[in-house]
Amino acid sequence: MAGWRPGFTQLLGDRGGLVLLAVLAGAAVLVPMLNLLLPPTSPFHVPTYVVSLLGKYLTYALLALSVDLVWGFCGILSLGHGAFFALGGYAMGMYLMRQIGTRGVYGHPVLPDFMVFLNWKELPWYWHGFDDFAFAAVMVVLVPGLLAFLFGWFAFRSRVTGVYLSIITQAMTFALMLAFFRNNMGFGGNNGLTDFKDLLGFNLQADGTRAAFFAASAVALSSAYALCRMIVNSRFGKVLVAIRDAESRARFLGYRVESYKLVVFTLSAVMAGVAGALYVPQVGIINPSEFSPANSIEIVIWVAVGGRGSLYGAVLGAVLVNYLKSYFTGALPDAWLFVLGGLFIAVTLFLPKGIVGTMPALVSMRRWKGFDAAAARLARLLRGGGTTQL
Amino acid sequence: MSLLPRVVLLIGLAVAVLSPARAQADTVDQAFSGLASSSYDKIEKAVETLAASGHPTAEMVLRALEGGNLFVREADKVIVYKTQDGKVLDGRTGAAITGDTADGLKPVRVNNRIRRAVTAALGSLTLLSPRPDARRAAAEAVFKGRDPTALPHLEAALAKEKVAGVRRVMEQARAATLLATDAPEAAKLAAIAVIAGRADLDARALLSSLGKDVPPAVAKAAAAAVAEIDGRLAVWNTAQSVYYGISLGSVLLLAAIGLAITFGVMGVINMAHGEMVMLGAYTTFVVQETIRNAAPGLFDYSLTIAVPLAFLVAAAVGILIERTVIRFLYGRPLETLLATWGLSLVLQQGVRTLFGPTNREVGTPAWMSGAFELGGLTLTYNRLTIIIFAAVVLALLMLITRFTPFGLRMRAVTQNRPMAASMGIRTPWLDSLTFGLGSGIAGIAGVALSQIDNVSPNLGQSYIIDSFMVVVFGGVGNLWGTLVAALTLGVANKLLEPFAGAVLGKIFILVFIILFIQKRPRGLFALKGRAAET
Repeated sequence: MAGWRPGFTQLLGDRGGLVLLAVLAGAAVLVPMLNLLLPPTSPFHVPTYVVSLLGKYLTYALLALSVDLVWGFCGILSLGHGAFFALGGYAMGMYLMRQIGTRGVYGHPVLPDFMVFLNWKELPWYWHGFDDFAFAAVMVVLVPGLLAFLFGWFAFRSRVTGVYLSIITQAMTFALMLAFFRNNMGFGGNNGLTDFKDLLGFNLQADGTRAAFFAASAVALSSAYALCRMIVNSRFGKVLVAIRDAESRARFLGYRVESYKLVVFTLSAVMAGVAGALYVPQVGIINPSEFSPANSIEIVIWVAVGGRGSLYGAVLGAVLVNYLKSYFTGALPDAWLFVLGGLFIAVTLFLPKGIVGTMPALVSMRRWKGFDAAAARLARLLRGGGTTQL
Repeated sequence: MSLLPRVVLLIGLAVAVLSPARAQADTVDQAFSGLASSSYDKIEKAVETLAASGHPTAEMVLRALEGGNLFVREADKVIVYKTQDGKVLDGRTGAAITGDTADGLKPVRVNNRIRRAVTAALGSLTLLSPRPDARRAAAEAVFKGRDPTALPHLEAALAKEKVAGVRRVMEQARAATLLATDAPEAAKLAAIAVIAGRADLDARALLSSLGKDVPPAVAKAAAAAVAEIDGRLAVWNTAQSVYYGISLGSVLLLAAIGLAITFGVMGVINMAHGEMVMLGAYTTFVVQETIRNAAPGLFDYSLTIAVPLAFLVAAAVGILIERTVIRFLYGRPLETLLATWGLSLVLQQGVRTLFGPTNREVGTPAWMSGAFELGGLTLTYNRLTIIIFAAVVLALLMLITRFTPFGLRMRAVTQNRPMAASMGIRTPWLDSLTFGLGSGIAGIAGVALSQIDNVSPNLGQSYIIDSFMVVVFGGVGNLWGTLVAALTLGVANKLLEPFAGAVLGKIFILVFIILFIQKRPRGLFALKGRAAET
């Protein structure tokens, strides 16, 4: 597809990554401080709901990063990454449910409310252990990772590629959505898991916890970014790109394509699971609609808008599109689907490389054609050249 | 032979032919005069004769007597009855009596003995009704009620019955009532055999509730009959599931077949395909609204009118999409997928803005509502119509691809695009037309789906994944594959449902397809040769 990138983009890539990491580090420190230390009356005070909203964007950005890793660098267009995200979220949600204890509506010491409501007598076996945070944290990583490993094991070995792979990943998340909608699956059915109280003893509603979650999301995103950057710059990453651009050729050169794909797909699913686990406590609910195929496709468009194959483009796209979504669903709810649909069409038709992929071209164009002239004119204007037209 | 004897003979013949009618008229006269009398014995006798006569108004008269609405007009001893809405009718003829009728009406005398006689008479009367369906319903009632006192009436009715179907039900009813009496063992065994022939849930319930105080031979026969009925019911249930499966399969086929064309011929993943289906359904809605407002008499033809219109609307939108978006993305299937997904969102929201987010009411023409029984199967006309319709659409499509110049070119492009182009086929044109054809067929599918699903902006979304499963399972670019896949998935889904439930059944199917793709990544019927390598 894109072939080898010209040198200066590579340079910008590094620069973009550094900018991203700096912004993230700054935000991780600054946003909680502005929220916690300043009084609500101060113009610089960041309200708690904004902190949670930004935290949510960051978890989405992590999810987009995981999709970019497989799509942008290995050519695997997964339309089922929402499933890994939701599974991580459910693992975290199960821990949070167990933490409610006797504070639920029915006050049952062991069973979550929805199980009492369904007249269940004891905890299903797969809920055991989730009262322990460490166990839940392991599950957040393990469950999506295992599913991705099994799925990839079958799919990549039988060389299911391209749109076929996209369609079966979509079928996977659709099947999971149907399964989680069932009440007797033991995951809260339609309503999902909600009404969480606290995590590790900290009240989820408290400003401090929310700020901590924001900081944790920023740290997770930064580390994931650094990890991804290391991977794609490594020898392993070069092979991934080779697979993306010419799979058969890479195979004939002796690389075990399916193993490379399997490793990167599993890693990506784990990242998505972690994103889900960070998402749930900040949003306060997880339900089966997170599995819906439409959600997974939306993730892909975040990456496409930002620019696939650049990592920081995915982060930018996720934050940008979700900011637009928050804005439109608030201001013009009817227009949102037009905007989102239009974005899909416009980006694929006019911005196939996304924002960050198109930016260098714009910059260089301006430098060669207009920028110097404009600067000269501006200088003349500032000097008092008078009638020069801008 | 002289004239006179002939005349005498003719008269004699006429009398011989007419006399039963004459005799019946006499008994009806006697019955009505009996009702007017003040003797309970005579009234009871009159009730029985009236019931046995099969006189058209007998049922109304007896019901009136049961409800205390039967009167004797003092002046001329004519029997009249009052209806619910206060009209007064002549008991003999059923004709309305006009004028001042409130005077001189005396209720027909009733005591408990007569009430019993009326109840029994009513039961047997419907068994003698001139309408076969009434007789059948009465026999069914006896079958379920198993009142031994109905037995004589049943025998009488059986003696007269000529319609085979009703006769069978009556025999079954007789057998059922026999089992409730202390008839000899042999008769009961015969009765069980008759009931076993019925093979439905009622028969099963009856036979399994015989109790313990029956002779061992009867109990054994009943148990065997229950087992036999269970076996036959299982077969019918499976057959019903298969029918539902074929019905679901034909819906899937309709939804997927257009996709099979666009995906198969052009390699275009059209995620907006479901929205073409939705557009077809909304076209049906608009057509029906127009007909309701402008020409209500045409309502039964609304679907016939909607089919070509839906094709045109969806095909036009399809061609527009192809010209403005998809043609820039050929050879980039993943990008096409994303762009068409965006299109689907825009179309959904557009329809939502135009028609509102709620479900729209699409009516069913009279000829499509209702159902008929076939053995133990209930076949609804609308499902049957859709099955036939799907078959017709598939056949038409195959004819088009097989026997028209357009079809020939389409197949050429499917098999080898560059070669077809160098042979002078204008592939861009063909792509547009093919995309229009696939979209148009999706629109037609929308007309059919509007009959069985909610017409809402989300209609298409619920079919898109299923459609893709069908196409991928069947193998791309092969209409037979699409047919086999749609029917297989539909029937498998419905056969799984009784055991696993609807949702779990569907999950099984999805998992099965995911695993199947691993085994045969190009579907059931993969294209072979060079075409498959691109």
